[in-house]
Amino acid sequence: MTKIEAIIQTSKLESVKNALHDIGVEGMTVLEVRGHGRQKGHTEVYRGREYTVDLIPKIKIEMVLADEMVEKVENAIVSAAQTGKIGDGKIFRSRVDEAIRIRNDERGDNAL
Amino acid sequence: MRKIRVDHCVLSAVLFMVLAPVSWGQSSPSSPSTDVGARLTAVEQQAADAKSSADNAWMLTSAALVLMMTGPGLALFYGGLVRKKNVLSTMLQSFGMMAIISVLWALCGYSLAFSSGTSFIGGFQHLFLHGVGLQPDAAYSATIPQQTFMIYQLMFAIITPALITGAFAERMKFSAMVMFMVLWSFLVYDPMAHMVWGKGGLLNAALGGRFPTLDFAGGTVVHITSGVSALVCAIYLGRRLGYPREAMPPHSVVLSFIGACLLWVGWFGFNAGSALAAGGLATSAFVATHFASAAAVIGWTSAEWLRNGKPSALGAISGAVAGLVAITPASGFVGPMSSMLIGFAAGVVCYFMVAKVKARLGYDDSLDAFGVHGIGGTLGAVLTGIFATSTINPIFKDANGNVLPSGMIEGNFHQVWNQLAGVVMAWVIAIVGTLLILKLVDLTIGLRVTAEHEIQGLDISQHGEEGYYWEVST
Repeated sequence: MTKIEAIIQTSKLESVKNALHDIGVEGMTVLEVRGHGRQKGHTEVYRGREYTVDLIPKIKIEMVLADEMVEKVENAIVSAAQTGKIGDGKIFRSRVDEAIRIRNDERGDNAL
Repeated sequence: MRKIRVDHCVLSAVLFMVLAPVSWGQSSPSSPSTDVGARLTAVEQQAADAKSSADNAWMLTSAALVLMMTGPGLALFYGGLVRKKNVLSTMLQSFGMMAIISVLWALCGYSLAFSSGTSFIGGFQHLFLHGVGLQPDAAYSATIPQQTFMIYQLMFAIITPALITGAFAERMKFSAMVMFMVLWSFLVYDPMAHMVWGKGGLLNAALGGRFPTLDFAGGTVVHITSGVSALVCAIYLGRRLGYPREAMPPHSVVLSFIGACLLWVGWFGFNAGSALAAGGLATSAFVATHFASAAAVIGWTSAEWLRNGKPSALGAISGAVAGLVAITPASGFVGPMSSMLIGFAAGVVCYFMVAKVKARLGYDDSLDAFGVHGIGGTLGAVLTGIFATSTINPIFKDANGNVLPSGMIEGNFHQVWNQLAGVVMAWVIAIVGTLLILKLVDLTIGLRVTAEHEIQGLDISQHGEEGYYWEVST
């Protein structure tokens, strides 16, 4: 099993969700996060005082997948979330040892 | 300045209609002149009652509008400007005034401000609202019950200390705030209100004060006293922990936005209500108020746009408040064009005060109570002496009742000095009074929360609650 963590632009959540739905992904967890990579933040001014905002709001999608799905999912996310500009985000892939469905204690791929 | 002019035209028209049939009836010997006299008196009474009802309706509405300025207006305006962890404590500081000052006002505040006394403070005739009934007090307003006048003035006494809370936001103990405000309303507000508006007051322009200061709706009494006291508080208490190194942006400009819009609407009660009647002067003040605020939005926003490259929502609403502050003393004395000049000037000047001068001087007036109310109020008070015109409000008259010029442009050069007398008096009483009270509170119960409580936030440390509850609930 493989975990995919995709950090994307907040405005791209809908199109990524639709793309994943189209290729048959059934479950995901979506988090509102803040952070930055190479993208620089912006400046806000309140009554003359400047604040640099460098932790930018992003969306993080987490999924654990059966291994054969991984490449398809990654391609779907990249094509749905890409604008070509800095700040589009990243995808991280890692191994997962076990998955357990709490309802009936199913294990492994069956629990996904 | 809060004077009523009985509308003679209406009265004579009514009398004519009633008297006409009476005079035809005089051919009959059975109608003695006493009958005419009695009917005349009855008609006069009815005309007076009608005017009284109209004035009273507007004044009760105005009183409600001014209360709305404190809660929710100012509470939202200030609440949005602080950090999330202090939103409730900041809102409660405004709301608390609605309770505390009200009770004090009934017990003795109204008496100290508005009963006869010395040039500096009123006496005790109206202690516990004794003698404050449904009959008018002709010295203030001949057509509305004194209770209406009393409750209307109370709303001013409430918002004035509430304005100060912007200066010590996010770091003062709630108990210290309560003690400070109780003492402040006795030592600063009541004397200043008496001097400017009370019978025999030193600065009262309508009732023959020694230095007649034109202050229609409270530029000196409300805005200078609160703004200058705010500066003293900000300096005495010191900066918030981490200021100016740490970012402390407003947690919700949206809340502030709603608050500022409520302030703008409420200000019609504040200024137009200060005519103490529903006549033309109220209209004039209403109009001046609106145009000043509009011009001030443009003034502040333009200055900001030129300096920062962007006009901001916070700038626009701050400008509106600055304009409303500056037009307050002038509102019943100037026309729409002068009011726009006053508003525009206030928008620009207050912007530079808040955005540039404050940073250079280094004091932490958290929500800019001084920059907006102290500076805007002072500017407005001085400009009132320049732009006031007797065509709007013939406030000064010679012994024969001839109208004299009001402001400098009309030829009354001396008025600027009288305005400065009022300004200096307000600054002095605010600085001295506030310093004394701060010292006293500091020595008895202490002013500031502990560093630990300040970091935790005043909502949890002072009140045991949160504005935005985070735990998951079903």
